[in-house]
Amino acid sequence: MSETVKTKAPRNPLFSKKNKKLITDPLTDNNPVTIQVLGICSALAITVQVEQGVVMGGAVLFVLVLGNLIISLLRNLIPSRIRIIVQLVVVAALVIIVNEVLKAFLPDVSEKLSVFVGLIITNCIIMGRFEAFAMANKPWPSVMDAIGNGLGYAGLLILVAVFRELFGSGTLYGFPIFGDYIEGNGLYSLGYVNNNMMILPPMALIIVGVIIWVQRSRNKALIEEY
Amino acid sequence: MAINRDSNRYTFSFAIVLVVVVGSILALLAMGLKPRQDRNTEVKKKLDILSAMMDIDALNINRSNGEAEFDKYVNLDKAVVLDANGNIKEAVVAFNIDIKKEYKDKTLNSKDRNFPLFVGAKDGETMYVIPVVGNGLWGPIWGNISVGEDLKTIKGASFGHKGETPGLGAEISQSFFINRWIGEGISDQNGIAIKFEVVKNGSGKETTKVDGITGGTITSVGVQEMVNRCMKPYVEYFKTL
Repeated sequence: MSETVKTKAPRNPLFSKKNKKLITDPLTDNNPVTIQVLGICSALAITVQVEQGVVMGGAVLFVLVLGNLIISLLRNLIPSRIRIIVQLVVVAALVIIVNEVLKAFLPDVSEKLSVFVGLIITNCIIMGRFEAFAMANKPWPSVMDAIGNGLGYAGLLILVAVFRELFGSGTLYGFPIFGDYIEGNGLYSLGYVNNNMMILPPMALIIVGVIIWVQRSRNKALIEEY
Repeated sequence: MAINRDSNRYTFSFAIVLVVVVGSILALLAMGLKPRQDRNTEVKKKLDILSAMMDIDALNINRSNGEAEFDKYVNLDKAVVLDANGNIKEAVVAFNIDIKKEYKDKTLNSKDRNFPLFVGAKDGETMYVIPVVGNGLWGPIWGNISVGEDLKTIKGASFGHKGETPGLGAEISQSFFINRWIGEGISDQNGIAIKFEVVKNGSGKETTKVDGITGGTITSVGVQEMVNRCMKPYVEYFKTL
């Protein structure tokens, strides 16, 4: 885990430069999806609509922050030989708790989330951050790291979803942008047609690929040497 | 620290403590929240039945007023339960039947399943609401289909799913797909059940054909199978009315 940063905590102010970097880095040059290449499968599965990206991003952010905090608090107690299993138990328990509470108190949200619950548990960003950061750092930096990575993941999801929803369905967050497809007005009356390829998973892979390409061509430091 | 974190003893004790703690938290939570969750499911079931009869969003019917509105439109005393051949089964309460559970139950012979039928009225017209259940691509799909007074024409529908792909199969619950079903007939003039066909080529305007969803073929076919299979007993029953 080359990227684990040992932060010196005693006299570190809560929003020191180092801690702020933990939040800002994953948004750009250490993005969990494009640079760490974690969480790709959920990025393919649920970026057809922006709304789904927002919901999934929020859910992962929530579970990641709580999970990183718990793992970080337990980090000196967890036996190293079963640490992955312990991490798995923590994330699974958190997701189930969230799901049960939503079902009882916010049933509409729970219905919307139904597909994502399973995807959260298997999202490798969560296990990746537990293992790479929370196991070696104090609770506060771990929370910052979780916020950063959660936001970085959500941001990329939304970016991909914007392309896919706009060109695949002609809407953004459910609002028609190019006119009504079924009525055939707006741009559609001029002969414009939605690109159905966009709503199929392979296009998500291609869009993520293009984003990685753009990012690396702008920042040469990100290109690995062979 | 004096404890050796790598010893087998520590590892085992940690694992046991963790499992017991997490297990009891989850068990307590599940038990504590169960009544509320059951209540939510019941309201949802009523909303689903209502939404096959009318546009509940436009009428501002939601979870908070759903039960009162349900009683206004649907008379549960008139609801009946049919067997697979369309004969009325006595002594079974229609609302309590969980058709999803019966559908999943592999030990239950498909002939022994219960087929509840809800009777309601909207704007003075009697409506028959038929619950359906089937399989999509990833998991169960279900719905309610309402049939008008003529016992033939579909007046409305609502479809739901557990985990179909968002943007693809999940679109079956959207109004554009549901609207494709409205106006179709469930039986021909001889009272023979019509077999619906979910098609790809846009020929859904023809009777007995309904346009499917691009990228959601398996879910669309699931809806087709579900409607065709579940309608049969009801068509038989409607002949006797």
